[in-house]
Amino acid sequence: MAWVEVPGQEKVLKPLLNTVIILGLIKCANFSPQAPAYHLILEGILILWIVRLLFSKTYKLQERSDLTEKEKEDLIEEWQPEPLVPPVSKDHPSMNYDIVSGPPSHNIVVNGKQCINFASFNFLGLLDNERVKQKALASLKKYGVGTCGPRGFYGTFDVHLELEDRLAKFMRTEEAIIYSYGFATIASAIPAYSKRGDIVFVDEAACFSIQKGLQASRSFIKYFKHNDMEDLERLLKEQEIEDQKNPRKARVTRRFVVVEGLYINTADVCPLPALVKLKYKYKVRIFLEESMSFGVLGEHGRGVTEHFGVNIDDIDLISANMENAVASIGGFCCGRSFVIDHQRLSGQGYCFSASLPPMLAAAAIEALNIMEEDPDIFSVLREKCEQVHKALQGTPGMKVLGESYAPALHLQLESSSGSRETDVRMLRRIVDYCLEKQIALTLARYLDKEERFLPPPSIRVVVTVEQTKEDIDRAASCIREAALSILK
Amino acid sequence: TYAFSAQHTSYNGGLGLYNRPFNESFEETPLLVAVLTYMGYGILTIFGYLRDFLRDWKIERCHIAREREEQRDFVPLYQDFENFYTRNLYMRIRDSWNRPICSVPGAKVDLVERVSHDYNWTFDYTGRVVGGVINMGSYNYLGFAENTGYCAEAAAEVTMKYGVGVASTRQEMGNLDRHEEMEALVAKFLGVESAIAFGMGFATNSMNIPALSGKGCLILSDELNHASLVLGARLSGSTIRVFKHNNMQSLEKMLRDAIVHGQPRTHRPWKKILILVEGIYSMEGSIVRLPEVIALKKRFGAYLYLDEAHSIGALGPAGRGVVDYFGLDPRDVDVMMGTFTKSFGAAGGYIGGRRELIDYLRVHSHSAVYATSMSPPVVEQIITSMKCIMGEDGTTLGRERVKRLAENTVYFRRKMTEMGFIIYGNSDSPVVPMMLYLPAKIGAFGREMLKRNIGVVVVGFPATPIIESRARFCISAAHTKDMLDTALCVISEVGDLLQVKYSRHRRLPSLDRAFDHSIYDEIQD
Repeated sequence: MAWVEVPGQEKVLKPLLNTVIILGLIKCANFSPQAPAYHLILEGILILWIVRLLFSKTYKLQERSDLTEKEKEDLIEEWQPEPLVPPVSKDHPSMNYDIVSGPPSHNIVVNGKQCINFASFNFLGLLDNERVKQKALASLKKYGVGTCGPRGFYGTFDVHLELEDRLAKFMRTEEAIIYSYGFATIASAIPAYSKRGDIVFVDEAACFSIQKGLQASRSFIKYFKHNDMEDLERLLKEQEIEDQKNPRKARVTRRFVVVEGLYINTADVCPLPALVKLKYKYKVRIFLEESMSFGVLGEHGRGVTEHFGVNIDDIDLISANMENAVASIGGFCCGRSFVIDHQRLSGQGYCFSASLPPMLAAAAIEALNIMEEDPDIFSVLREKCEQVHKALQGTPGMKVLGESYAPALHLQLESSSGSRETDVRMLRRIVDYCLEKQIALTLARYLDKEERFLPPPSIRVVVTVEQTKEDIDRAASCIREAALSILK
Repeated sequence: TYAFSAQHTSYNGGLGLYNRPFNESFEETPLLVAVLTYMGYGILTIFGYLRDFLRDWKIERCHIAREREEQRDFVPLYQDFENFYTRNLYMRIRDSWNRPICSVPGAKVDLVERVSHDYNWTFDYTGRVVGGVINMGSYNYLGFAENTGYCAEAAAEVTMKYGVGVASTRQEMGNLDRHEEMEALVAKFLGVESAIAFGMGFATNSMNIPALSGKGCLILSDELNHASLVLGARLSGSTIRVFKHNNMQSLEKMLRDAIVHGQPRTHRPWKKILILVEGIYSMEGSIVRLPEVIALKKRFGAYLYLDEAHSIGALGPAGRGVVDYFGLDPRDVDVMMGTFTKSFGAAGGYIGGRRELIDYLRVHSHSAVYATSMSPPVVEQIITSMKCIMGEDGTTLGRERVKRLAENTVYFRRKMTEMGFIIYGNSDSPVVPMMLYLPAKIGAFGREMLKRNIGVVVVGFPATPIIESRARFCISAAHTKDMLDTALCVISEVGDLLQVKYSRHRRLPSLDRAFDHSIYDEIQD
């Protein structure tokens, strides 16, 4: 019955037509040759009207049927698309990359100058560790470089299974799953569990990959103020009130809280024990992103759960990338089998992408071996972080952002000039000054227009175990000089 | 060089735009088979409900992982019906996937033997290795997955010199000189002005399409596009319209409607229109009708994003992808995207195009700002394998491999069609999907082939429509004619055993004539 689908006219025509048909049917049911004349005439009119409607042309209101072919061709000729990309000026601050020649290790050659590396996330100094390189080489000689397939189609190597096993044992969870790209780890994990209609409570300072994961999940996102448990509790209470209005829907709406162990944007730690209390009180699941704290916090480097002494089973999912402390490539998620096994079929970055090259997995296994054999490096790292934190205090015109045991600190301007561009330019001049004096630093980079809560511009200072006291003092005095001369 | 004049405003059904025959076939599903397939799924569903019932009432032992005791009263993490398919259908044939290997994924591969004593719920590794399995499943088109030879040695050197990790992003301290060299080489290989590379092929699409199109733009995406293209399109926030697979009439109608009527409801003109297509579609084996797409894009002023994940290195007389295969100008494609995983034996993805585009991506791509850059040995593998294909390492090894792949493809496809299997796709595509249809045959085919020492990939729902499950063969330049003959013999044997020779257009086996090299003669550089 095509004619009843006319939009807009539906409200008038459809009920009218239905009435006509029903009346017609009733009339037909009561039809008998002894009926009076008016009855028959009415029947006839109804039948004629039905026949007319059957044969009347349908018309759709969307298509403007008043355009001729010639007008359509003209529209097509006239339409001018925007350029595919807007032009980028040659002196855009992110345009010219710093070129590193040679390995990005402790002594790094940046733009031709030999410098000490305070910019790569090489916390445990494993980037140029001989054992790691030898294991990677052995793996290369056995497996080649690439895996030529996703995990499901002959891309699962025994090295991957071993790495997953080792990670699960190291973190003392039931199961772990590895991804071939650090950014894709949490960005694939969140949409695998949280779908349209679910609710996610996120900290404002969450990193970009978490934001992309949330965007892909299409759930309701509620941001709470950074590290503010009271704000989170307020949001949870509001949600509880909403639930009472609609208990049926509440019974199927999943809730998650996504936090980071050590935040990459603010270098401070999340209050995990308070969060676990809130979890059981309001029945939300916790997803913990530990890229910066894996291999850094805790007595054995197991991350922020060990740091606070929280039972690891209380956290539903821990996700981390292996590109910082572990000095390899890729990422992993660990937790109970009940949670992790689901990602093997619904994690997009796992199912539809090639697996991690086996030499990188072998390097990660060796890094884990080193971490397990020598748990003293974590306390050494913490000491060095304290040293750097202390040495950078009192830099004129700049303030240090971050916990004293965080290995990746931010140096921000104490008072902003008002425009972000000018701030960035001043900080860039400080970085260039330091590069001249052979200290490699970097500006913290963000996508200005895409970030939800854009952090203020800052310089990233990274602490590694390979830095000596002299290096740290030299760097601190260099930064102080730079700040004095540039920020007058 | 072959000059392609693209000023036609009408494409008159594609005639005159193609310089070589375009043969593809998608034979229709036989009616009886379709009915039997639905019946098969029906029976499996009934049994699925029965088993769920038995598990609920504890009559049958339950192997499924359960929620923690302390979290019993939380909202359930998964809906029961979401996992119905996984529990009751996928579990039965789970041993066909995720098969672990312990050698190079070359033409022959060693599989780790595993057995299951509880119908695939758990696997035990016997400790033995099934050696010398002919590998028809890995994406190893040009045979660069090797652990010996020039490429592997160069990668080994770089591993010892540079290490394995980078620990920083491209914009911060992760931009090595090797990266810049590799990108210049990729641009030269593709014939474009400039290129940029990323660490993961999936992420290349999902992070860069949002940078290129946003609200107020229109994305026209092929029906069977890969998950990464779909995710990238969704994350961009543009309006997405899907056109029928490889159907140029559908695409033209959509372009016409889009420009004439503008955005829905407000009728403002679209800011830009982006067409997303792939070079080779890996589930269908079809090649995109690129000359027609380019003619359409020029006629209507849209932009073309070509994802050459499977076709780079695998098509074309010089191995430069689908643009080379059709003899077109790479400058006509606005965004040329591809991956290094398949034909180069490495990992990662790239985007090539005009200098303005790449400069914009260097500043605004999510990956350049937030994601760690590529590992040095992987970069080295890309550089050496690309030089080999281009012939810049002084040998003809690359050209030989490209030729061998084309010969293997034509031979394999011809023999499969002669044997009576239903093969989908273009006659030149190295991805060969063979239809199985019935759910039971999916598992049976995988297992029977493994028993006879051939490793194949089988795919079912949800990667394919529910009744069109298939086995997919990936031809490689590393396969010798003997290996292909062995494989064909075994496939024929298993095909007779399982009765999957459904084709009704059996061709008489033609005389084994030599490969016709004159096809490539006109397209010499």
